[in-house]
Amino acid sequence: MPLFTTNLTDRIGSLHPRILNRARGFGSPSLLLAIFLILVAAATIFIFAARLYPAPAPISRDAVLVDHQYNLTLYVTGVAFLLAQLSLAYAVVRFRDRGQKARFVRGNVGLEILWTSLTLVVFVALGVLGRKAWADARFTLPASGAIQVEGTTYQFVYAFRYPGKDGKFGRIDPSLVNAPAGNPLGIDPSDPAGGDDIVVSELIVPVDRPVELLLRSQDVVHSFFVRELRLQQDAMPGMIIPVHFTADHIGEYEIVCTQLCGLGHYTMHSLLRVVSQSEFEAFRNRQAMTP
Amino acid sequence: MSSDHLASTAVPARAGAQPGIFRRYVFSTDHKVIGLQYFFLSLAAVTIGLLLSLCIRFHLVWPAARLPFVTGGTMTPEQYLALVTMHGTIMVFFVLTTAPQSAFGNYFLPLQIGATDMAFPRLNMLSFWLTFVALLVALSAFGVPGGAPISGWTAYPPLSGMGEITGPGEGIGQSLWIVSILIFCVGSLLGSINFISTTIDLRAPGLTLTRLPLTVWAWFVTAILSLLAFAVLFAGGILLALDRVAGTSFFLPAGLVVSGELQTHGGGSPLLWQHLFWFFGHPEVYIAILPGMGVVSHILANFSRKPVFGYRAMVFALCAIGLLGFLVWGHHMFVSGMNPYSSLTFSMLTLSIGVPSAIKTFNWLGTLWGGKIQFQTPMLFALGFISFFVTGGLSGIFLAQPALDTSLHATYYVVAHFHIVMGVAAIFGIFAATYYWFPKMFGRKMNRALGQLHFWLTFAGVYAVFMPMHFVGIAGGIRRYADASGAQYLASLQPLHRFMTIAAFITAAAQLIFFYNFFWSIRQGEPASANPWDATSLEWATASPPPPDNFAGQFPTVYRGPYEYSLPAGPQDFFPQHLQSEHDAPSEEGRSC
Repeated sequence: MPLFTTNLTDRIGSLHPRILNRARGFGSPSLLLAIFLILVAAATIFIFAARLYPAPAPISRDAVLVDHQYNLTLYVTGVAFLLAQLSLAYAVVRFRDRGQKARFVRGNVGLEILWTSLTLVVFVALGVLGRKAWADARFTLPASGAIQVEGTTYQFVYAFRYPGKDGKFGRIDPSLVNAPAGNPLGIDPSDPAGGDDIVVSELIVPVDRPVELLLRSQDVVHSFFVRELRLQQDAMPGMIIPVHFTADHIGEYEIVCTQLCGLGHYTMHSLLRVVSQSEFEAFRNRQAMTP
Repeated sequence: MSSDHLASTAVPARAGAQPGIFRRYVFSTDHKVIGLQYFFLSLAAVTIGLLLSLCIRFHLVWPAARLPFVTGGTMTPEQYLALVTMHGTIMVFFVLTTAPQSAFGNYFLPLQIGATDMAFPRLNMLSFWLTFVALLVALSAFGVPGGAPISGWTAYPPLSGMGEITGPGEGIGQSLWIVSILIFCVGSLLGSINFISTTIDLRAPGLTLTRLPLTVWAWFVTAILSLLAFAVLFAGGILLALDRVAGTSFFLPAGLVVSGELQTHGGGSPLLWQHLFWFFGHPEVYIAILPGMGVVSHILANFSRKPVFGYRAMVFALCAIGLLGFLVWGHHMFVSGMNPYSSLTFSMLTLSIGVPSAIKTFNWLGTLWGGKIQFQTPMLFALGFISFFVTGGLSGIFLAQPALDTSLHATYYVVAHFHIVMGVAAIFGIFAATYYWFPKMFGRKMNRALGQLHFWLTFAGVYAVFMPMHFVGIAGGIRRYADASGAQYLASLQPLHRFMTIAAFITAAAQLIFFYNFFWSIRQGEPASANPWDATSLEWATASPPPPDNFAGQFPTVYRGPYEYSLPAGPQDFFPQHLQSEHDAPSEEGRSC
């Protein structure tokens, strides 16, 4: 004897054919499924539209461009998402088995051409429009007068190096790396350019000045991510990867590692301090005094 | 030469006396037994993978909780990362690659093309046992000193390439991981050769390419993807193993200083691994999902009582997704330091994959449109698949654009995206296939009420787990973090995590209904006829379960396409492929393709 009857509606249906027809419609899963799909669509649209968990406000022009493209993509995919889920909801109710005969159709070449070209145009257009936000940030050199900072990562630390008064980074030799002795980056003492280099654990930049960050890693792959800049870049061992940005809001922003780098990955953290020009000069002078 | 002849010469045991129990159920060359072996292997693997994910979810919300089964009481960050690594590895390789393709493909490809077995039955057996050994090797990593690897299922060097100096689990654990993947690759390569040969050579008379069920097309295209993708992963895995044990430097550059020690490697590129890995890794996504697409098309036609809308467009879309799938791997590497110009190329190609994906979705809706939809359990899961495929596919449109990926990469947004589109959609394909073909495999139906309950809890549960995850990602929640103490802003996302964890436990508990239904129905389910769903393709032209040679010597000839439902004329609303009508040409001898 079966533990469960196959379907409640089948049992009701065995009583009377007319009840069967009605029960198949609304006791069967079709309506429930449709309601559920509509709820999912509505909840998703609501949470995205209400921005209950938004990304923090952007602090650079490049980040604003990214947000524009994000919003455009959100509208396009939002419409597609709604249409698809609601069509599915409509179809399961409208075409549920009510004893009718299914329509015999093998396809429709015109429709195939229509929706193929439509999606092609929409998706490619999105890609073409999205090009600008990427190209502005990544295909360009930093504006002249950019401050150069070298960002070095190693398990599970960020170290930022400023070139000092001479504007030149000292040579680095991996064999000289010795964190306990105060040389975590392996700056070669025999290179005079390195004598005035400043090494700090936080990234301090002046507001409204272009900054070029040269990312490198000593050991495994790490990453540099500041949400407010909409900027994420891996630090790849063996490479020096330049990225640039101009922060236009004074404040403190968290830098997090986003590339799995070992057991302390989740603790790898630093701060981006965007300060006024005078504060930045004061920081540089202060650091230059300390041996 | 006919198919039955070919295979029976390959397996002499089949023709004569009944083989012993050992030969029949353990080292069997019968594709049906091997298909079930793969199925139960995936069932075991998915259980382990799911339990690991529950530990992950639990730890994310209650990181300081004392757990009875953890040495030291509370879970350490490295134990957490080991769970993440093994969850991904087990799910991707031993569930999503194994169940849709190796399990159901093995069982039903020969049946659907009217063959008596795969082209190379012994190779088939070897494929399974290699996969089995690979799973054991992977699991054994939990038991070695240092534990399982912590480098994630993507195993990026240098973290994965230098031994335990980079972290716990990176010693023996990571080596075992690589060995497991290499063995798995060989098994998959042999399997894909078998699938391709079988589809090309062993089709029944009259079964032309345009009469193949879309499931067969999907398995065929997937097999080609496996052949090309796993070959590259195999090569990459060998190189990574050499870097670890033979002192080579394929992926390790000069001047590495790890834990304060200067390394002797030099000249390699960690980016190279990422290219090799994702050249495999992206097609792998389609290896997981294409068979599900085939199954969904098949089931949709069956329970809408309509031909698949736009059959040729569906085949074209499968092939297009397969081809484009090899040209988009760079979208995993937008932030890696790869040339930013190539990012735009990869971006456009990735967005183009949206086109065949949309073709599939439109044609599924077209199949439902005007149909007579019967809400059997497999149909519910097929409809759920479509909903997830749309949701997960559209979130990919964001990630396909490098400018947007720079904010979303490595956040929970990505985790939500791939779990919905590659994980859950594929799992719904597996569930749909299980409920649909269970009567054929075991001669009984699964219980419908339990099936519906399982569907509703899982469908709602999955949306509850993975929808909020998008918002965590958009707000900057980073994946693979052992806890939220690292950055201040993460604390505000913990309520969402708590909600997702509770939803995950409920959804996981709902899977017990499936297990109960599955094992209860094997013994006590309602007996099923040869063709319980009034379906048209060849697997329904034989007994449930099929005899050892599949068709009891009566090998079918095919007269028509696979989805002849609700023809304007005819006594019933379906016309099986193997039945001859007065209009059909007389049975032909040999291959017609």
